[in-house]
Amino acid sequence: MNCSTPSFRGEIAKLPLLEIDSLAVDYRTSRGTVHAVNDVSFFLEKGETLGLAGESGSGKSTLGLSIIRLVPYPGVIGGGQIKIDGRDIVALPEHEMQTFRGTKVAYVFQDPMISLNPVKKIGAHFVELIRTHEPNVSKKEAFERAKTVLKNLGIQPERINDYPHQFSGGMRQRIMIGLAIALNPDLVIADEPTTALDVIVQAKILDLLESLRKAYQMALILISHDLSIILERCDKIIVMYAGHMVEYADGTELHGRPAHPYTQKLLQSIPNIELSDQKLTAIPGSPPDMLNPPNGCRFWPRCSCTMEICRVKEPLLISIGRNHLVKCFLYGEKGVQSE
Amino acid sequence: MGLRSYVITRVLLTIPTLLLLLTMVFLVMRVLPGDPVSLHFEKKADPLQMEQMRHLLGMDKPLWAQYFDYIAGLVDVNYFSAHGYPNLGKSMQSFEEVGGQVFSAFPATLELAIYSMIIASALGIPLGVIASKSYNSVLDHLIRGFGTVTYAVPVFFLGVILQLIFGVYLHWLPTGLRINPSVVPPPTITGLYTVDSLLQGNFVKFFESSKALILPSLTLGLILSGIFIRLTRTNMLETLRLDFVTAARARGLKDSTVTYGYALRNAFLPILTMVGLQFAMLLGGAILTETTFSWPGLGRYIVQRINFRDYTAIQGAVVMFGLFVALVSLIVDILYAYVDPRIRM
Repeated sequence: MNCSTPSFRGEIAKLPLLEIDSLAVDYRTSRGTVHAVNDVSFFLEKGETLGLAGESGSGKSTLGLSIIRLVPYPGVIGGGQIKIDGRDIVALPEHEMQTFRGTKVAYVFQDPMISLNPVKKIGAHFVELIRTHEPNVSKKEAFERAKTVLKNLGIQPERINDYPHQFSGGMRQRIMIGLAIALNPDLVIADEPTTALDVIVQAKILDLLESLRKAYQMALILISHDLSIILERCDKIIVMYAGHMVEYADGTELHGRPAHPYTQKLLQSIPNIELSDQKLTAIPGSPPDMLNPPNGCRFWPRCSCTMEICRVKEPLLISIGRNHLVKCFLYGEKGVQSE
Repeated sequence: MGLRSYVITRVLLTIPTLLLLLTMVFLVMRVLPGDPVSLHFEKKADPLQMEQMRHLLGMDKPLWAQYFDYIAGLVDVNYFSAHGYPNLGKSMQSFEEVGGQVFSAFPATLELAIYSMIIASALGIPLGVIASKSYNSVLDHLIRGFGTVTYAVPVFFLGVILQLIFGVYLHWLPTGLRINPSVVPPPTITGLYTVDSLLQGNFVKFFESSKALILPSLTLGLILSGIFIRLTRTNMLETLRLDFVTAARARGLKDSTVTYGYALRNAFLPILTMVGLQFAMLLGGAILTETTFSWPGLGRYIVQRINFRDYTAIQGAVVMFGLFVALVSLIVDILYAYVDPRIRM
């Protein structure tokens, strides 16, 4: 990557912020290996938003955590590449990885009630973060910066000396977001950032994320089991099922022309306030046991369009339109494998 | 509730605890076979003489009267201000004031307890942290094995082994007593030889008393470290899995910050509770350690006096132990509030 000459500037600028290539993440348990993420590839430009949708256990959080290389034990990245600014981080030494986290990629977790250190004041969280990555900043300066961040989040700066338990859930998630953006990262991964909050606060937090993303020109990966939230707010969407990427499309395309039976079913299960006679359908069955996933397509036991081939052969991810990929035999047996 | 009223409440609550403890010791001692009077006279004594003795010790009174005499002495404020220690009665064997004896034996036990605790935590907590960080590795198994073995080994066995190696074969360390008998102990300020010798500025005495402390406190400390290892390891494993630890890592914080500032500080609460509880066990262990190392503390005092059925002396020592345990648990509770801001109100 060091071969950049001025004539290539245009090329370098186009380099995606994040590029994931045939990523596999496994959990090596004593009962066997779980392939939690299988052959996932996508890229993300600066300032873009990507939605990761899927049921719990579909591997979307594992995918998110693998981008900062924090897949919990006994998870390991089994193969593939994760490139941030063109640099593969999979084999990066841990201490170099630490400089990436927080500065380049930040993560917002699901439950703000348990994401802050209960024995540390809010201010200490910020000061510690700023001074870890920018050791020349004085304590006082870091403290002042933290106050500014809090003000921008709509939290009184005087509360900087309070402990996490003195804040409500919504406020704590604001603080978590503040910690995520404090060092102006290029990418924020928000893993179900509103699932633990009540509905009124949910929209506010998502709006806050959106406005900060625009203001700081960050890219955002929004992980959610709620496809409606993702449809509303993301440029690109990946639908995951049992560790596989089953569909990839732009937001409008996915909404207008969902291709995979799973995506179609997910969309049918979202209530629409404008359709008074809408029938909400649930998807029968439950996600497969990841230790013994079904042969062939992993969705066939729950699919209403199952064909003979689905039970024996795993479909490839094929292109069915501009920026629209689907992993399903309904769109041709062989298809054209993406890229 | 402010800290002050909290402390006062806690102190008041220790009174019924101590009273209960005292009553039980009082009754149990008198149920035990053998009595101080017949043990006082080595061979058969004149029945009349024995009767006089019984009268002298107040043992001819009914049990409830003896009990109330004892309690009344205990709360005698005038006695306390005159002697500097509470009236715990006179020894049934030597007729000396039990209060004075107990108060002079106590610092030896305290000093041993403090150093054992330091060794146990300095050894157990870091080893527990290391084990949790290298979960399920060879190192983890080794540390756990060490913890189990040290916990299971009896005090007198480990003590004697250490005495044999460092005292008898190597001649490096004394095998008993608080200080080399040829050295005059430092003047009593706190009663802790190591502290008093430093206050006096006498390094020879400090060196001698430290040397004498090494083997007994190592014996007790090693045994306690096993519990510390297990406890730290389990609590660290639980805490390391929590979201705020992962969140801290996700912010790129250094591994040491995450381990100590995040995981250990939060895992510390249950460890602290256990430390408080272990102090009681430590005192039980001290009885054996003190006997093994001829350590002139409260533990050895009890052992010696049990042989004479010296009721008052044992009651006095037990009250002292009880006070000590109550004090430690009070300190632990206050520390708790310091470590965990959620408890502060």
